Amino acid sequence: MAEFWTSTLWPLIIMVAQSLLVLVVLLIAIAYILLADRKIWAAVQIRRGPNVVGPFGLLQSFADLLKFVLKEPVVPSSSNKGVFLLAPLVSCVLALAAWAVIPMDLGWVISDINVGVLYIFAISSLSVYGIIMAGWSSNSKYPFLSALRAAAQMVSYEVSIGFVIITVLLCVGSLNLTDIVAAQNSKWGILGWYWIPLFPMFVIFYVSALAETNRPPFDLVEAESELVAGFMTEYGSTPYLLFMLGEYVAIVTMCALATILFLGGWLSPIPFAPFTWVPGIIWFALKVMFMFFLIAMAKAIVPRYRYDQLMRLGWKVFLPLSLAYVIIVAAVLQFGGLAPK
Amino acid sequence: MILPALFFYLFASICVASAVMVIASRNPVHSVLFLILAFVNASGLFVLMGAEFLAMLLIVVYVGAVAVLFLFVIMMLDVDFTQLREGFIQYLPFGLVIGAIFLAELLLVAGGWVMNPNVTKSITAAIPTNVSNTEALGLVLYTKYIHYFQLAGMVLLVAMIGAIVLTLRHKVKVRRQDINVQNARNPELAMEVRKVATGQGLQDADAGSWVK
Repeated sequence: MAEFWTSTLWPLIIMVAQSLLVLVVLLIAIAYILLADRKIWAAVQIRRGPNVVGPFGLLQSFADLLKFVLKEPVVPSSSNKGVFLLAPLVSCVLALAAWAVIPMDLGWVISDINVGVLYIFAISSLSVYGIIMAGWSSNSKYPFLSALRAAAQMVSYEVSIGFVIITVLLCVGSLNLTDIVAAQNSKWGILGWYWIPLFPMFVIFYVSALAETNRPPFDLVEAESELVAGFMTEYGSTPYLLFMLGEYVAIVTMCALATILFLGGWLSPIPFAPFTWVPGIIWFALKVMFMFFLIAMAKAIVPRYRYDQLMRLGWKVFLPLSLAYVIIVAAVLQFGGLAPK
Repeated sequence: MILPALFFYLFASICVASAVMVIASRNPVHSVLFLILAFVNASGLFVLMGAEFLAMLLIVVYVGAVAVLFLFVIMMLDVDFTQLREGFIQYLPFGLVIGAIFLAELLLVAGGWVMNPNVTKSITAAIPTNVSNTEALGLVLYTKYIHYFQLAGMVLLVAMIGAIVLTLRHKVKVRRQDINVQNARNPELAMEVRKVATGQGLQDADAGSWVK
């Protein structure tokens, strides 16, 4: 019994406790990131944004949470009820599952698996199912059109994200996320991170992340001027909240992935004394926030794309560009003698 | 050792149950969703066997891309269920033959394994422990099996070109967007600014009729 305790039960309890800790911290962070998104958007348009609930509107997200949870969920009578209610759960759970492998500091990771980056790629490729299931099960025209758009859009941009990840993997020689950050640790600090040698790929990753998470300017899936609210048209209260939550968690996951792949994860940008004393988690959080700021600004500044332009950008611009860069990087690493052992 | 066994039975039972539901459910979209569930659980089984790279690839390729397109097509089909049932007797012999072949193969494998447990060991190489999964695959895929790898790539390329040739049609009447023409437009080409005297309006014949 004692052996069963130490070998099975205790690790299980630790795993559950770690997951809960990450979940709670992540959800609170998401509440404020959502507020920041609205505030940034408002500031660009010279509005105040949410400023009523709490000082500077700091409790707005929690008020929204209460509002959504206390309302009655309405299930359309002609919908496919099981799939209809499963869709928001799929979307939310998959988005949260990606955080199991993201290292927030050296060793601060729930599961440090060998194929971490592939795991995140796999999970993010699954997130399209939440949207397709919602669009189909609503049994209504706008959600269905939205589901078709989502399927084509997200599959297209996954391809270029895959090539971006391959380029970074060629430079690192490992699929482990901790190794990817460690490979960027040099005496040059911010100048040694991959965003400089792989700058074109960083840009492609940023734009593809916008398309993959259906953020403006690529929010064709929920374009309100064409499709009402896209796949979310028939949803309200808690199921809608889960979609919203899943969407923002997916965005922050993409920010975290960009931080790990290109911005040196938890490493300090200036590699000497007073800056290296700062805990890695703070650098990590700052970099994620910086990436999110870029994404929020894109929403505020850039008008929505047309759908054929979106497809053209994905297949005719990003795909050849990223493919060419993979070959160039592989050639430089191989013939320049820089390939990791 | 309890935990892996527990997870094995969890994944295996869900996998088998959802595989049964793929053929048992009446709605084709539900079938595809159960198929996806079966894929995900199969990749869980791969992880338990220590083949984490294959597990992730199964999800990325089959679930993330192939099954999405599959669902895409099934969703758009207007399936008539009564018509679907009519062909049941007609296809039954084929189904029975395929099922019988599968059963025989499974029995052969299981029987061989029961009679001589070492028979499976003689055809599988030992899993190397000093290199990671990805590295081990790469080491044989791009050296020993490079010709098969290239051949598979060629087959896929031919299939892709075939699909494009079959579906590509240039219709004459369709107005196509030319992105270069659109990008080359500038304010000088697209619009004309005129000073209009108050109360006079435009006198030109080429001005639009709405101008007053």
